[in-house]
Amino acid sequence: MSTQLSAPVNRQTVSALSQSKGEPAWLEEVRTKGAELAETLEWPTPEKVRISRWNLTAIGNHKAEAAIAAVDELPETVRELAGQDQAGLVVQRNSASVLRKLSPELAAKGVIFTDLETAAREHSDLVKQYLFSAVPQDENKLTALHSAIWNGGVFLYVPKNVEVELPLQALFISDDATAAFAPRVLLVADNHSRVTYVDNVVSSYGEASAPITKQTIIEVIVKPGAHVRYATVHNMSENLVDLTIRRAVVENDGRIEWIIGDLHDGHTLSDTQSLMKGNGSSSDAKVISIGSGAQQMSLTTGAVHFGRSTESNMVTRAVMKEQATAIINGITKIEKGATKAGGFQTEKVLMLSPKARGDANPILLIDEDDVKAGHAASVGQVNPEQVYYLMSRGISRAEAERLIIYGFLAPVVSEIPVDAVREQLQRLLERKLEG
Amino acid sequence: MATHFKIDGLRAAIDGKEILKGLSLEIKGGEVHAIMGPNGTGKSTLASSLMGHPKYEVTDGEVVLNGEDVLEMAVDERARAGLFLAMQYPSEISGVTNSDFLRSAINARREEGKEISLIKFIRQMEGKMKELEMNPEFAHRYLNEGFSGGEKKRNEILQMMMLDPSIVILDEIDSGLDIDALKIVANGVNAMRSEDRGFLIITHYQRLLDYIKPDFVHVMMQGRIVKSGGPELAERLESEGYDWVKEELGIVDETVGQV
Repeated sequence: MSTQLSAPVNRQTVSALSQSKGEPAWLEEVRTKGAELAETLEWPTPEKVRISRWNLTAIGNHKAEAAIAAVDELPETVRELAGQDQAGLVVQRNSASVLRKLSPELAAKGVIFTDLETAAREHSDLVKQYLFSAVPQDENKLTALHSAIWNGGVFLYVPKNVEVELPLQALFISDDATAAFAPRVLLVADNHSRVTYVDNVVSSYGEASAPITKQTIIEVIVKPGAHVRYATVHNMSENLVDLTIRRAVVENDGRIEWIIGDLHDGHTLSDTQSLMKGNGSSSDAKVISIGSGAQQMSLTTGAVHFGRSTESNMVTRAVMKEQATAIINGITKIEKGATKAGGFQTEKVLMLSPKARGDANPILLIDEDDVKAGHAASVGQVNPEQVYYLMSRGISRAEAERLIIYGFLAPVVSEIPVDAVREQLQRLLERKLEG
Repeated sequence: MATHFKIDGLRAAIDGKEILKGLSLEIKGGEVHAIMGPNGTGKSTLASSLMGHPKYEVTDGEVVLNGEDVLEMAVDERARAGLFLAMQYPSEISGVTNSDFLRSAINARREEGKEISLIKFIRQMEGKMKELEMNPEFAHRYLNEGFSGGEKKRNEILQMMMLDPSIVILDEIDSGLDIDALKIVANGVNAMRSEDRGFLIITHYQRLLDYIKPDFVHVMMQGRIVKSGGPELAERLESEGYDWVKEELGIVDETVGQV
């Protein structure tokens, strides 16, 4: 049923595009290899969600974008997302990066914050060293295809011992549903550095836009003792399929914190994993999602413990409206040798309509004896006793249900450490719950 | 207008089983009525039916508050009309703070644009919490979550004080309270006694009535009021139990339906 015309992805087209952008030879080689791999590999097969039925091949065509000088030149609806006082900002519009800013203070400390295409040219060795080190290109058709077609994106490098106080921000905007939109993010936090990165993924189309699939792959490299906080909010219209893979590799005593708002209106594959390779490393993941309309979602959080004394915590809370479906997987894997590891997870789904569906699947895979692990999962509807109690104090049914639903999400929302993200998430929650 | 609350021939059922079998009672502003009775005689069903709990079906009778038909109203409308039920088992609601909840309840009684100011609300709430010897921290805790039995009961009384109802029903407010907490709760209720407010106190025990003096005492058995009197009736029930009432009225089994 696809009405989208995407140019074929093959060796020749990928190579030609890479050359036209003046990319280094190694990158062109990687891209062409990705195009070849994509022909033979299969799409990922998450539990109980058949993503192969989605419009996965409608990936759009590469289009050049004019650079902008300031956020003011963006559509009004997305302008406010850029916030104020950010230490750095990278903006991607459709197929290309259009704005890059970094405070001179951070640049002087050696922080690199730019789009990944520019970084691949200007910091080729650094990018080459880490690109694909968390998400290899040959895992499946998605990782392969993305390795061939990715555009714009973000590269962040924080040197040893540098602490970045203010959040660095990125905006990924799709406002042309015929243009390819496939950002790739690579964050490298060197030893004992500290950084918070926040991105917003939004769309702004006219009426009834053609279907399009956006692929995003995020790699985070947390070197020994470093601390990375990654907050992301996805909020796009329903014609867009959102395939996102996020993965962190955490070395000794490093820490990754994920804060994820999956508030997208279309089909969603959201897979977030932390690989705790180093001893004493830790991971915390908080995911909030609202499903509406006929959207299908596969939301997975994973924590893989390799190192000793590693700690992970994962919390997902989802509210499903109308006929929305969410399959929520939490996978805690503790490898042999990861002694004194602790892994905990909670998945909760609140269903607001009899046609909504939510499955919570907590999975513990444990190959080591000396560990602690736990999970909790629940799927339910708004409790009529609670509604009665609130109404008995004069609160209308609609308001009572609203309080209960926000209350369900509050324990996660209130823990979000970045004020601006928390407030923005709250606004979007309201829009999606009440809109 | 002087408060006037009238229950006439009320019949109510749960899961098709009739529990209230034609109960009548009239409460005027300024009056305190106590309903006493053994377990399983329909006391809590009365409270829940008056408030409009969805599980209870009223099959017959009338309930009128200040000329308005209560049974025609939804639960929230009954509350806004002036009815308040302090519940025996209040719900716990995660993620909703006590203060957000109370502010929503107060604002539900006000017109849009005339909401209570935050400062005024906080001042009121802090004042009332102090009267009830509640830890100020409870304002920011999630509604009833992790509260002890006594804390929940105090929180019910706090809501009553903040919402200023015209008819207050206290459903076993004394259960689970130690004597100090009981006195605090009773003081809270007594402070609210006024000419425009009526009280209906449902209890097993005389104990509470030592601290909240009723004007009328009613005995409930088999889903209706079987005997009424003044405060002396409560005292006699406390010292002699219910057997003499049963004997006097020829009642063998005082309970109704399920316990």
